[in-house]
Amino acid sequence: MMRISLLMILLLMACTPNDQPAGLEAPVDKTAAFGDTFIEGSIGDASTLLPILASDSASSEINGLVYSGLVRYDGDLKVVGELAESWEISADNLTITFHLRKGVKWHDGAPFTAADVLFTYQLYVDPETPTAYAESYLQVKKAETPDDYTFRVTYDQPYAPALMSWGFSVLPKHLLEGKKITESQLARHPIGTGPYRFVEWQGGEKIVLEANHDYFEGSPYIKRFVFRIIPDTSTQFLELQTGGLDFMSLSPLQYDRQTDTLAFKRLFNKYRYLAFGYTYLGYNLKRPMFQDRRVRQALTYAIDKQEIIDGVLLGYGQAATGPYKPDAWVYNAAVPRYAYNPDKARQLLAEAGWVDSDGDGILDKNGAPFQFTIVTNQGNDLRSKAGEIIQRRFREVGIDVQLRIIEWATFLKEFINPGNFDATILGWSGGPEPDQFEIWHSSKTGPRELNFIGYKNPEVDMLLEKGRRIFDQDKRKLIYDRFQQILAEDQPYTFLFVGEALPAVASRFYGIEPTAAGIRYNFTQWYVPQGLQKFSR
Amino acid sequence: MYHYLLRRLLMMIPLLIGITLISFTVIHLAPGEPTDMQTQMNPQASSDLQAKLHKQYGLDKPLHEQYFLWLGRLVKLDFGESFAQDNRPVLGKIAERLPVTILLNVLSLVVILTVALPLGVISAVRRNSFFDRATTVFVFIGFAMPSFWLALLLMDWLGLRLGVLPVSGLKSLGYEYMDLSGQLLDRISHLILPVFIAAIGGLAGFSRYMRSNMLDVIRQDYIMTARAKGLSERVVIYKHALRNALLPVITILGLSVPGLIGGSVIFETIFAIPGMGKLFYDGVMMRDYPLIMGILVIGAVLTLVGNLLADVSYALADPRIRNSK
Repeated sequence: MMRISLLMILLLMACTPNDQPAGLEAPVDKTAAFGDTFIEGSIGDASTLLPILASDSASSEINGLVYSGLVRYDGDLKVVGELAESWEISADNLTITFHLRKGVKWHDGAPFTAADVLFTYQLYVDPETPTAYAESYLQVKKAETPDDYTFRVTYDQPYAPALMSWGFSVLPKHLLEGKKITESQLARHPIGTGPYRFVEWQGGEKIVLEANHDYFEGSPYIKRFVFRIIPDTSTQFLELQTGGLDFMSLSPLQYDRQTDTLAFKRLFNKYRYLAFGYTYLGYNLKRPMFQDRRVRQALTYAIDKQEIIDGVLLGYGQAATGPYKPDAWVYNAAVPRYAYNPDKARQLLAEAGWVDSDGDGILDKNGAPFQFTIVTNQGNDLRSKAGEIIQRRFREVGIDVQLRIIEWATFLKEFINPGNFDATILGWSGGPEPDQFEIWHSSKTGPRELNFIGYKNPEVDMLLEKGRRIFDQDKRKLIYDRFQQILAEDQPYTFLFVGEALPAVASRFYGIEPTAAGIRYNFTQWYVPQGLQKFSR
Repeated sequence: MYHYLLRRLLMMIPLLIGITLISFTVIHLAPGEPTDMQTQMNPQASSDLQAKLHKQYGLDKPLHEQYFLWLGRLVKLDFGESFAQDNRPVLGKIAERLPVTILLNVLSLVVILTVALPLGVISAVRRNSFFDRATTVFVFIGFAMPSFWLALLLMDWLGLRLGVLPVSGLKSLGYEYMDLSGQLLDRISHLILPVFIAAIGGLAGFSRYMRSNMLDVIRQDYIMTARAKGLSERVVIYKHALRNALLPVITILGLSVPGLIGGSVIFETIFAIPGMGKLFYDGVMMRDYPLIMGILVIGAVLTLVGNLLADVSYALADPRIRNSK
């Protein structure tokens, strides 16, 4: 869960400051000061403020401020302690012992102890709890609390994602024990240990949080956090300019064409950084036409990734070569890249037996033309536009492609789940953790599982099994380097692009330090100097 | 009269059951399931979550059993809990959105009536005059204009460039700290744009309707008689003609009752107003069956009641109908 909220925060980060405003205003005292309100725009409302049940990004963002985990990622994506002061991993990598902070209090004043952590863990693995995140915790063999401020977990086998899985939001035992989790009042009025405490939630309108002065890492500077729900991004943009919002994620179009005015630059700072996640064209490997690796390589050669990035993202993105983003530690830059080359594509297709023997402009083999349909979900412009560009490029090498755009629920039920598709444009979002077991392992090709393209490669299986058992980052990288190499050779997906996050923040906020992790990781350190504060209450 | 009312009310029961049966079947025919949204395409979601949720929501039972369970609860006015992750009671979710939606719809209906009825009457009285043609063009432009586009333009001009009206939402951030008149003013300024946008598209229908009613009435013999008696044109039009021309409007008003709780997704999305339209749309997208059914049932009841009200008030207003019963 916490992994998701972290992920969310990470999505809003890792940046290069851009278009810094011209310093025309009179010099003011820039020292950190308490006060003011930060208003963020979100296209969706939160669904539940119980992190164990939430899986949407709006809920995760609020939960990330209200709750804390034992550990978290810092600005350099290193794991640091949050509720845990320190921890030890045993020599066999099977046991992790967390030493918890003393004197931490829940927002209602009750003391935080190891019992809360144990309770939260038990809640995750309880079969009655409808949580999406039980998987990591089911790997635990034994969880115990030797004393009030020590929490120890033991695993059957070393499990590399283990440490960060304890970044989950710890829930208050004294408020949840003995109650049905799905009926808990905490879903609407969360009580956590985090830097902000919950004030009010007006459904569909806004969520308000206020600084927790007793926060164990010190009170945050910004007094109030307002999460305004504005479903339309054009409206968000108007609100941003009128001062109704202090933060929003810009679209490439807004970032590139609509924020170049002096007035905007004076009032806002823009940032850009690679988001975790990528968009891909996945081939259904149960279809005979895609079973030949040369065909898949040819299809990748036929696609001009840069053209898609320029056309769809206005250049705010990078070509993807595998499942990791180019600035991640695990990224392997030495894999084959398949630069746009239609001649090479035609040649590979001919080698695979696809030639235009009847002269109609469409390749054929054994009398059957090379025709297929790309499906993607409705509501994602990037995907449908990329699909149109790809459609034209494929036509140029003699492949007849149809594009179908289908509403999400229908898309899953009728196309993806029954494996009833030729190729699909979709995206994965990820995080700093490189484990890709769920998406690429051959045991995950069942119905509703994530390897829905049916990719099976024994060496990849072996690498994925090994990779999640190794703690040492350098040794781990060797495994995942090889994994990326094989994926690049096999091209089960054509990895298309990694987009950039393009946030704009009101320029009165100081303390923003873009790093590999983005900008939101140190939100508690953001402040507005006394003279620049906009809201006095 | 009472017999008639009672019969109509009793007739509503089988009608309502029929409506719920058809709606229930149709929404379950739509591909996709509520549980897919929460469990699919999520690398962290374990596969048995699907089964857990199925059981929690009762989706593992056969469809007819689900329907009767739902109907059984409905009889006790229990609309069930939403399938969304918040698991809140459907009635609570609807109650949260209803006041805003009704407020906006009532206000825009009032605006439409106060503008469209006079427009229609004057257009009819001065048929084919410049005024008639100009209003025709005006109301049809309003009808044909994409409301989201006009809304964004007005938000940009009035909200951003001139800065006289708020861009979106229902109240300002510091609303709690304002005095009573400040709060009222804040509310009103937030409502001006949405009500205007909601009303402008509805002007065409009502004003055209009023115009043709009025034209019909003016051609009647009794109007000629009134004129022949030497009554002033004013009395002829506003006393004799208008009253009769207004009768069919009652029917239309009755039919607008269910519309009062319905919202428009596009409109609510643009103005960031948490109304019924967005609630219903999101519910459909998530296949949140109890929520969809809840809104449909309330809509169906209001439609039936609206029809009844229209008939009854028609009878009250028109002695010819009243006496024929």
